[in-house]
Formats: sequence, structure tokens, C-alpha cells
Amino acid sequence: MKSGRLLAILLIGITIALIVIGTLHPASIAVAYAGGTGAFSSSATPEQAVRNLAGDIRLQQWNHAYESLANKTDFTQDQFQHDLTGYYPSLHRFATLDSFEVFPLHASENNAEVRLELHWSTVVGPSLSNRELKVAKVADQWKVEWPLIKEPVVQPRVLSDDYLRWDVIYRGAGDDWGKQEVDSPHVTIVDMHPVQRADGVVILGELLNEDVVPAYVSVSASLLTKDQSVIGTESCFDEISHLLLPKQVTPFRINFPNKTLTEVRSIRMEPFSSLVSASTGPVIAIDNERINPAPDASLSGQLINESGNVVNVAHVLGTLYDGTGQVIWVVDKYVTRALLPGNPASFNIPIPEDLARKVASQRTVISSFSFGGAA
Amino acid sequence: MTKKHFFLAALFAAAALPIVLAQDASLAIPRTIQAGDALVVSSSGSGNGTLYIVGPNQVLKRHMQPGEAPQIPPGVLIHAGHYLAILSTGSSTQSASFDVMPSDKPTKVSFLAEPSRLPVALHEGVAGAVYVFDRFGNLIVKPTPVTFQLTTPAGSAQTNQVVTRNGAAWTKMNTTAHEGRDSFVARVGDISVTRLVHQVAGDPCGLSMSVHPVGRDLQLETAPVRDCSGNPVPDGTIVTFSETYDGSLSTADVPIKQGIAKVDLPAHPGGVLSVASGVVLGNQIRWEK
Repeated sequence: MKSGRLLAILLIGITIALIVIGTLHPASIAVAYAGGTGAFSSSATPEQAVRNLAGDIRLQQWNHAYESLANKTDFTQDQFQHDLTGYYPSLHRFATLDSFEVFPLHASENNAEVRLELHWSTVVGPSLSNRELKVAKVADQWKVEWPLIKEPVVQPRVLSDDYLRWDVIYRGAGDDWGKQEVDSPHVTIVDMHPVQRADGVVILGELLNEDVVPAYVSVSASLLTKDQSVIGTESCFDEISHLLLPKQVTPFRINFPNKTLTEVRSIRMEPFSSLVSASTGPVIAIDNERINPAPDASLSGQLINESGNVVNVAHVLGTLYDGTGQVIWVVDKYVTRALLPGNPASFNIPIPEDLARKVASQRTVISSFSFGGAA
Repeated sequence: MTKKHFFLAALFAAAALPIVLAQDASLAIPRTIQAGDALVVSSSGSGNGTLYIVGPNQVLKRHMQPGEAPQIPPGVLIHAGHYLAILSTGSSTQSASFDVMPSDKPTKVSFLAEPSRLPVALHEGVAGAVYVFDRFGNLIVKPTPVTFQLTTPAGSAQTNQVVTRNGAAWTKMNTTAHEGRDSFVARVGDISVTRLVHQVAGDPCGLSMSVHPVGRDLQLETAPVRDCSGNPVPDGTIVTFSETYDGSLSTADVPIKQGIAKVDLPAHPGGVLSVASGVVLGNQIRWEK
């Protein structure tokens, strides 16, 4: 009884002592979150200067980040902020910086080069962006020269768009059960091919909308054993273009983590389609599509928005084929910046190194979204 | 079994006995009536009583005065099916069964036509099924002639005569080679129901394009895109243009507008230009200038 009371008094004492210490000497990150100055105080090294800047960006302390730059007189704080978050609503506008990494590239007594990798958390998953920064020594502190990417200027003009649009009117709730309903679009799987990867079974294929109306599509697959029992059922979420216009083809990739192909006897594919209101615009052309060989194998190119509207989110899907024309992989990536009319936006999607040498051809499709109406 | 359970079982058996015995005694009622007709019940009994009519979706209870012949007025027994009439007059109970048949006159036709949209020139591509009902919604099971007619916008028609079996009739029709909204009519007596069947163009056939330089770009333009029956492929259909050059590729998915698709792509000497729509490939052109 006596020892219990002594332990309680001891715990209370330790708690009070920790509160006092935390109040008098708070951690820098806590100060930053509480609205104080930056998360890091000293910029005694180039890496530390970049870390301080990235910390401010992470906390969205735009004023503090801007004031710390060596070349802040070259642009305004708004330009600096929009360079990171986008001038137009886009994936990065609604993203937060989850983490960052700093890689020193080169350093001399008064100058250094550092690569900053920014790991954004977006509504469609993580997104990585890189900036190579020059860091200069000013007095005894290092300051970052921010390489501002200015938003391209769009020439003001009037464009007349006459994109076809489909709307759907379904049978009314009070209609007779025999009244005619509009049929779902006819879609068909034109290719399907399972492969074994290190992390599980992957089903690759292509889906065609063979109808004359737009379709919202999805594909699910079930792996079956010899006795037709289901090993697992998955569907594709990101690795497919969910909106298919008439005669349009999308690749799809369905992942079955931790499954092996040897236990699979058959696969049941279930394409799904439903009518959806859609427009044929905007047309987005893809220029300079190229397979870059290993190391750092990738599919790269440029997107050109040929409409007069800003495309806020673009999703690039690349289908990779081998020499026999069989799909060997599907890659995808979201373009984090908005696509302005006529201005090219680059994309670069990594390809698994072991597959890169087998790629003989590719086909890239784009799905897009514009605020204020489905694109 | 406890004494309590035995007592309850005996009580139920005693209560059911008069009904079971009354099954043999018959009420004078017609064996069948048509839905909506009146029902007159003749009984040999006298005194006060209660008439119960039990049938599909319906239970009726009528009190009977001495000397009165109980009757159900027209428009009450409307649901086709098998009914049981029970007349309870104090100590005795009589029962009889009868059938309410659907009316002979069709009043409503439910017509299911499938699909609402299909390619041209399909054998037995359109299916139609008809269910015939009377004015109370009873399925008329008596064989009834039905005429199906599929008419193209140009006026040519296919006609099938079918007699219903157990209240239903169905048929299959061929689509023609011409696109358009066909009128699919089912006619029963003087009732007709119309559905629209949209015949649409099939896959593009003989897809071809031409190339013209426009400034530093090339303008790729298809000839009017038609299917193998000569129908114009609908606007909005995607045509894919591609240009292969120096190991690179440029592509654009372009919708057909006013019958053709066109796009501007950068000019690359030696580049190979091609066109496709869905699984249909068009021509290839090598740009040498």
C-alpha cells in the first residue's frame, strides 16, 4: 500500500517534470506545427538548407520558405507557391508533402548542388517529384536558389469546340415493368494474359468498347482451382481507363498479391459496363512517345491538350507489347500539373527493368478529368 | 406430451371437425366465373349466417339475413385464381370452391423488346415477348393471336403472327442492312404497343486516310468512315492516328465529327502514319518529304 502511493507520487512528479522541459525546450518540429518558426533552425550546410526549405514546404509555411531563398527577388511568393501547388487546380493543388529526401550531388566552398525528392500524398496515391537545387553560401549560411518553372503563357483567343456529348435517360420509376430500357454498352475483352511476378499473379489485357455509345467500364477476375473453388477475386482500379468512347480500347492490369500461377487452373473474367454521360472532348495528343532502355527504363512522351479547356487531371496508361504483339505489362501515371491548351506536358513512367528488354512496341492512352464537368 | 398439450390438441381437433365435415356438404355456386362478374350463392340453410370467400389476394366476409341469398356484386372478385366459399350458419358450415377466370378481352399488353440497340444485318438479332392481360391485370391464358411487326424508317416491314401459350408469345426478327430507329410493334386485337430498336452501323470497313502538310505539321484526315453495309459510322466513334519515326511514336485518339476524323501531327520525314478504329486497321502512309 505504501509502495503503491510512492509509485503514484513518483509518476506524477516525472510527468510534471516532462511537461516543464517540453514547454521550455520544445522540439523544433513541434514549434513549427504550433505556428512558430521553421522546423529546422540552422542552415550551416547545403543539405541542411535544403532540408529547412523542404520542411517549410511540408508545413506549407510559404512565407518562411520564400524568405529563405537566395533568388527570391526573381519571382514573387505567389509564383513560388504556385510552382509547387500548380497555377490551375490539379492533383498537386490538393496534395500534401508527405516526406522528402535530400541527395547531395556536388559541393564546393561556396556553391553546392543538391537533389530534392518530394514525396507528395495525392488523392490518387503517392506522387514523386524531383528538383535539382543550387545552394549558395551567403555569409555563414547556405541559401537555396529555387529553379522556378514558370507556367507557360496561353495566348488569349476564342476557340469554337463542338464536341459531341451523350446523356442518358433511364426508364422512370413509375413506368411499367415491360417498358423498354436502354441497354448497357457492349464491351469485350480482346486480350487477356496472366503472368507470374515476384509479388503475385498479374492479369494483363485489353478491353474494347464495341458499341456506339460511351461506357463506364471495369474488369474483375477470379482465380479458380481445379475444383472450381475461388482462390481470390480482384478488380482493376487505377490500371484501366474507366471511360471508353465508342471503339476505344483500354489496357487493364489486375493484381493478385501473394498468389502463385501454379495453383490456378482457370480464370473467370467479368467485364462490367454501364451507360454514362460523356463528351468526346478534350482531345489530347501524345507526342514523342518513346521507350527508354534500361537502366532507368521508362515510357516517356508529351501530352498536348488540343482543346480550349484546361484539363486538370490526366492519367497516362501505357500498354507494353513484346515482339509477338502480346501485352507484357501495363504502366500508368497521373500527370500532376494541369494541361493548358496547346502546351506540352511531359510524362515519364518507369518500366520494370526485367521487362524493359522484352518491350517491342507500346500504345499509350489518356483519360482526363476537368473540374466543372467530366472531360 | 403433458396434460396441457394434450388438452390444447384435443381442443383444436374439435374446433376443426365441423369444417372438415362440411366439406362434403356443397353450396350451390357456379364452378367458374369471369373476373369482375357477380357471384350468387344458393344455400338450403335458413337463419343468420356468415359467408366467407377466400382467394388469391382477397378475403371477403358477408353477413346473411334470414331468407336472403348471399351474393357478391360485380367488380369485387377481380383476381383470377382458385377460391373457397364457406357459409357458416350457427351450428352448420357448408363450403364449396370455384375458379375466377381472366376476362376474355385483352385490355393491357406488356411488350418486352430486346435489345434496344444492335448492329445492322444480324440474323434473329431482335427479340420480342408479349404478355396479355385483362382489365384487372390477370394474365389471359386462353390462346390469343399476337402480331409482331418490325418496320424500318424506309418503310419495309417484317411481320410474324404468333398465338399466345399460357399467356405469352414471343418472336425473333432479323435486322436489316440499314441503320436507323426501327419501329417494333406488338398488336393484340385493337391494342398495339410500340418499341424502338436502334440499328447502328457496324465496325468501320475500308478505313483510309489521306495526309496533307499544314505548316510544319501534317493533317491526317480519313475518308468518310462507313461500315461494310455502307452506313456512316456514328460521330463520336474513336479513330486512332499514329506516326512512327526514329524509334518514337505520336498518337491521337480522335472522335469522328460529321463522318470524318482528322488531326494534326508533327511532320517527320520518313515517318510512317497509320490509322485504326477499335480492332480495325486502316491504311499506312510513309511521309517522305
